[in-house]
Amino acid sequence: MSKQVAVAGVGMHPWGKWGRPFVEYGVHAARAALADSGVAWSDVDFVVGGETVRNGYAGYVAGSTFASALGWNGARIATSYAACATGAQALDTARARILAGLSEVALVVGADTTPKGFLAPNAGERWTDPDWLRFKLLGMTNPAYFALYARRRMDLYGATSEDFAQVKVKNARHGLDNPYARFRKESSVADVLASPIVSDPLHLLDICATSDGAAAVVLTSLDYAKRHGLGGTEGPVRVAAISTVTPTFPNTVIDMPLLSTDHAAGGAPEHTFKESIALAAYEEAGIGPEDVDVAEVYDLSTALELDWIEDLGLCKKGEAEVLLRAGDTTIGGRIPVNPSGGLACFGEAVPAQALAQVCELTWQLRGQATGRQVEGAKVGITANQGLFGHGSSVLLAR
Amino acid sequence: MTTSTPAVAGWFTEGDDPRLLASRCTTCGTLVFPPPPADAATFCRNPVCDGDTHEPAELSRTGRVWSYTDAQYQPPAPYVPTTDPFEPFALAAVELPEGLVVLGQVADGYGVGHLKVGAEVELVVETLYSDDSGDRTIWRWKPVVELGEETEQ
Repeated sequence: MSKQVAVAGVGMHPWGKWGRPFVEYGVHAARAALADSGVAWSDVDFVVGGETVRNGYAGYVAGSTFASALGWNGARIATSYAACATGAQALDTARARILAGLSEVALVVGADTTPKGFLAPNAGERWTDPDWLRFKLLGMTNPAYFALYARRRMDLYGATSEDFAQVKVKNARHGLDNPYARFRKESSVADVLASPIVSDPLHLLDICATSDGAAAVVLTSLDYAKRHGLGGTEGPVRVAAISTVTPTFPNTVIDMPLLSTDHAAGGAPEHTFKESIALAAYEEAGIGPEDVDVAEVYDLSTALELDWIEDLGLCKKGEAEVLLRAGDTTIGGRIPVNPSGGLACFGEAVPAQALAQVCELTWQLRGQATGRQVEGAKVGITANQGLFGHGSSVLLAR
Repeated sequence: MTTSTPAVAGWFTEGDDPRLLASRCTTCGTLVFPPPPADAATFCRNPVCDGDTHEPAELSRTGRVWSYTDAQYQPPAPYVPTTDPFEPFALAAVELPEGLVVLGQVADGYGVGHLKVGAEVELVVETLYSDDSGDRTIWRWKPVVELGEETEQ
């Protein structure tokens, strides 16, 4: 118990394509999280901002940006960059300071305003930047990487385009009543299959959009939560684990934006990078996949959701389609996945997304996820992976 | 007169038997592709090796498809389009006998319909785009059509 901290409050700004400065979204989410927690801004002694490095952003998306916009209160600050895992790394930074006894109340904020279309690399002649080289020499976009993983599921496990479409159908239904989701419309298998192919075998509706959005989390020590009666008689939702492990050499699954895997002279290691992300979380919390009631995973594509189900140990390799087809991953099923609607309904707002997953699970574990509640959920897990060896998994329990 | 030079220097050889050029750690033999620039400091990627010198090493010309896809929309810059309107091209990740998976475009005239996970492909060098200096070439993966399986392509 001593390694746990309390999720005192969560808040979000709705995802969309609002075209406003990211700071507005971040402050909106932060104020919502503070209101949800009942903690006064003046009580926050640590602010962590989630940063993204794109389009000249670096440097001005920072913890201080949000602290300043909320009105300087003298809190300490930190800034995290970990690609798609930014929010989880920011959360981990806050947790570490609380567990060390150096802070009692931390506010973690991630917010983004995204450009349209394919995420493109920085401009200029960047011959040592793999993210630039993959476009220059191969024309290798993000969806092309997702498509490689999807194709492997088809050729190795017999997955079909209809299976992938069914993930979209499920998630679209899950997110229908989620007030923070950008896309709230049912999709049919026929809709997905009729949308244009972007990178074979993935159709446009198999691939997540990029969105504006913000999410914020207020973390406190368990002692602070107890003293202030946070979380009512049941107590607050607790952070049981945060995994932000890097890959272990040799990484034998090709990762965006690289052109090659590591050299595995002695064969592949026991666990892939994505599997190791979840394993580290389970180990830290002292629980296993069988204890998980609900999962929020990074469905950059429909097929990737199926990969994550296996990477989290929720079923064996090659069996995620069986769960999907049986309705096990639908709300009401054995292990609901992406009750929020996932990236399919949100689109990706990079530095906010891992925090949005934590917001959703917090509402799920409190029984507050109106219209998409997983009944009786006590343990939830998140998972994501981003560029350059970043990935995360957060375990929440109540 | 048209000249032909690699779009990127030092990553592959040309000619009748083209090969990818990796860098090999002279201490432990770990291979890295793409190779670091010649003047760059290099530290071996293998965590149990403290080697910091490397030499060029040719990789096998043939390998097996790890996975494959295509680009049906024109990628953003710095990708250089060569046709207007854009024509889709295929991509493959190929597992080489040395134990690396290397991405590449698929040779002209071949699409996802010619590929399968586990199928054999071989390295060829083709023109990626042309600029002021002439044709710029790149490595590509070409399906190996086994005898008796030739189609009319």
